[in-house]
This record gives sequence, structure tokens and C-alpha cells, in this order.
Amino acid sequence: MIGSFFRVAWHVMRKDLTVEVRSKEVLLTTLFFAVSVVLVFSFAIVREGRAPDDVAAGILWVAVSFSGTLAMGRTFERERYNDTLRALLLAPADRPAIYTGKLLGLLVLLGLVEVVLVPLVGLLFNAPIFAFPGRLAMLLVLGTVGFAAVGTLFAAMLVRVRSRDTLLPVLLYPITIPVMIAGVRGTAALFQQTPDLAMAQFWIGLLIFWDAIFITLALWTFEPVMTE
Amino acid sequence: MTRWRLPSDFDQVAVVDLARHYGRRKALSQVSFTCASGDIIGLLGPNGAGKSTLLNILATLSSPSRGRVEYGNRTAAQGGAEIRGRIGMLGHDLFLYPELTARENLVFFARLYGLPDAERIAQASLTRAGLADRGDDLVSGFSRGMRQRVALERALLHEPRLVLLDEPFTGLDQASTTALVARLRERQQAGCIIVIATHDLDVADGLLSRAIYLKNGRIVGSDSDSRGLSERYRLAIQ
Repeated sequence: MIGSFFRVAWHVMRKDLTVEVRSKEVLLTTLFFAVSVVLVFSFAIVREGRAPDDVAAGILWVAVSFSGTLAMGRTFERERYNDTLRALLLAPADRPAIYTGKLLGLLVLLGLVEVVLVPLVGLLFNAPIFAFPGRLAMLLVLGTVGFAAVGTLFAAMLVRVRSRDTLLPVLLYPITIPVMIAGVRGTAALFQQTPDLAMAQFWIGLLIFWDAIFITLALWTFEPVMTE
Repeated sequence: MTRWRLPSDFDQVAVVDLARHYGRRKALSQVSFTCASGDIIGLLGPNGAGKSTLLNILATLSSPSRGRVEYGNRTAAQGGAEIRGRIGMLGHDLFLYPELTARENLVFFARLYGLPDAERIAQASLTRAGLADRGDDLVSGFSRGMRQRVALERALLHEPRLVLLDEPFTGLDQASTTALVARLRERQQAGCIIVIATHDLDVADGLLSRAIYLKNGRIVGSDSDSRGLSERYRLAIQ
């Protein structure tokens, strides 16, 4: 049963990544958007190579969340285009496995975006990204998982709604505020002049808590919300 | 391809007093009929008659507001994934990924359905579709007829008992239509229950074992005559 769940999730994720490798549409637009956000903020905020305290963390997460929303919308737009989401839902597979596959595919794409984004923020905002790389990576992974877990569910729910592009951020941002706050505060604790590791650890713990809640709720509700 | 009969298999589908409402709009009301193995049922009616809604409910993609669909002796809620595994659907949109090749599409869905030896099954499907030499081409480069053939084979990959087709003849030339009809006849002989929603009465005439006429979400007639479908349709719908 568990083997079948992960087999389906793997096939869905692999299919999404194959489609993305062919089109490069989501990755390039998301990356371009994320880099643009960081550049615009850096021109506006950084003076003589220095940015105000905590700004780098905020901008990093703004870029992740905005570009992530774009990626979620586009990923499901593809499934809408030829109604392939219905084909996925028709399969005799656990529907939460399909959700998991879509989520994993999105996480891989967002991970690639962050690989470019984090060094760029470090460079432009003079943020110490290599001071505690393990903890920073943990914050980014956990924050992205929490954000994408909710976003994947909502993007799937809204796929047949005409105003989905407007509704997705309207629904997504208020609910993922706890994740965003934890991500920003945890990252800020690492980026500040005297890093506060205990505080970063606290926010990492909180992210684990929210991720567990969001993933559980999404897995639980995916099947009923996808049945019209 | 090896045939197997799963414990979840059924040879009759009963639609019992089905209704589907979207807010105050009634898409379907008091729809009841049964179909059995070897039947080709035509759902005929003007746009907005409820044909696609009924297909979606039969496919378990949509829940009825009232009534039920029984697959053998189980409902969709009772059968869940096992029932879905016995249903194949070809929608008006073809349920294919244009960025993938025909083979990749078929292999992906075969794996999703948990079929053993997905590569071999995909190759057999491509051969049946007459696309063995185009299997590694992207679906985005195919004509409508070629896509339709791949899409039909995708829907039939797992040898479903219940085959649901939404406007399958739209945009097909004569040769593709003839091939599709032949494939449906073959599935009928194999014991499938085939339900087709279509406006193409000329093609459906002589193919259907029963026609069900829908208007404003209600069944307004049903018959099993073999010919003269256009005239019967006109009489039933007007």
C-alpha cells in the first residue's frame, strides 16, 4: 500500500519534471520573476553595499513566496490545458499520492530557484549565507515545503475556477502566514550581526510543526475537494 | 494483452434516480437507466442537456446531489479506487500531455494504473492505434485524428469494463471515424459497457445498442431501434 503510494507519487513527479525539462516554461519564468524581485529590492534598499538589518531575510522569502505562487499556478495550468487532471483523478491510485507527486515536482522546481536566489541575496544584501549553511538550508526546505503543501492543494482546487490566478494568492498568503513568519524570523536570526542560533532553532521547530499540520490537512482533504 | 477479472469487476451499471444541481441550476434530474456488458449506450441531446455531467458522475469524478450509480452491487463510494480501475474515459479534451511523446503518455498512464510491463502494453497500444512508427514523436506534433487514436488507447490501456466517451467523433476524418467505430465494436465484443455522449448522429446510427435522449437534464426518451436515429432524435427532443 505504502509502496504503491510512493510509486504513484514518483511517476507523477517524474512526469512533471519531464514536461518541465521539455518546456522549461515554469522554471525560467519563476526564476526570472524571483531574480527580478530581488534586484528591484536591492536597488531600492541597499545603500553603499549595506542593507538595513533583517531586510535580506524578508526579501528572500518574498521572492520565494511570489515566485512559488507563480510556479504553482503554471504547474496546474498545464493539467487544465488538456484536462489531464481529470485523467490523473480517474486513475485507481490513491489521490493523495497524486497530490504528493505534484508537490514533490513543485518542490524540485522551487529548490532549483532557491539555489540561484540564495547566493544572489547573499551577494546583493551582503547576507552571511555560508555562516550556518545547514540551518539556512533547513529553514528554506521546511518553509518551502509548508508553503508549497498548501499552495499545491489550493492550485489543484482552483484549476477549474476562472479567476484562479487572483484567488490563489488571496487564499494562499493568509493561510501560510505562520510559515512565512517562521521562515523570515528564522532566517533573520541567522543573518543578523550576532546570529541567534537558539532563536533560529525555535523557528525551525515551529516550521516542522506547521509543515506537519499543513501536509496532514492537505493529504486528508485532497480527495474530497477534488471530487466535484 | 492478458485479460483478467478483478474482484471489483462488474457487468452491469445502474443509474438510479440521479440528480445533480449546481446551486439552483438543475443539470440532471430523475435520471435512471441500466446498461449491461456488451451495450453501447448513446447519450444524445442538445448542448446543456446534461450529457457531460452524467459522464462525469459515471466516471466518479463528480458526485450526484441525489440518487446513485451502482457498478455491479457497489457504489463509487463503496468501490473507490477499485471501481475507478475498471473505468476508462475519453474526454472532449484528450487527457494527453502534448509535451510528452505518445509512448511516454501511454507508459505514464499504464504505470499510474499499476499495470505490469507498461512498456510492452504501450507498444501494443501504439500498434493498435496505427502509430507504432510515430510512438516517439511528441503528441503536440500530431493531428487531431492521431491524438484521438492515442487518447482512445490511453483510455483502454487497462481494459476497462466501463468506457465513457465524450464527443469522440469530433474533428475526425472518415478513416479515423471508421477506425474508432471498429475499435469500439471490438471492445463491445470483449464485454465492455460503452457510453457515448455525441452530437454526431450519422456515425452513432447503427453503432448504438440503445439511445437515451436527454433534454434539460432529464431523460425524454429511450429506444433500441437500429436505424433512423436522426428522425428519432428529432421526435424525442422536440
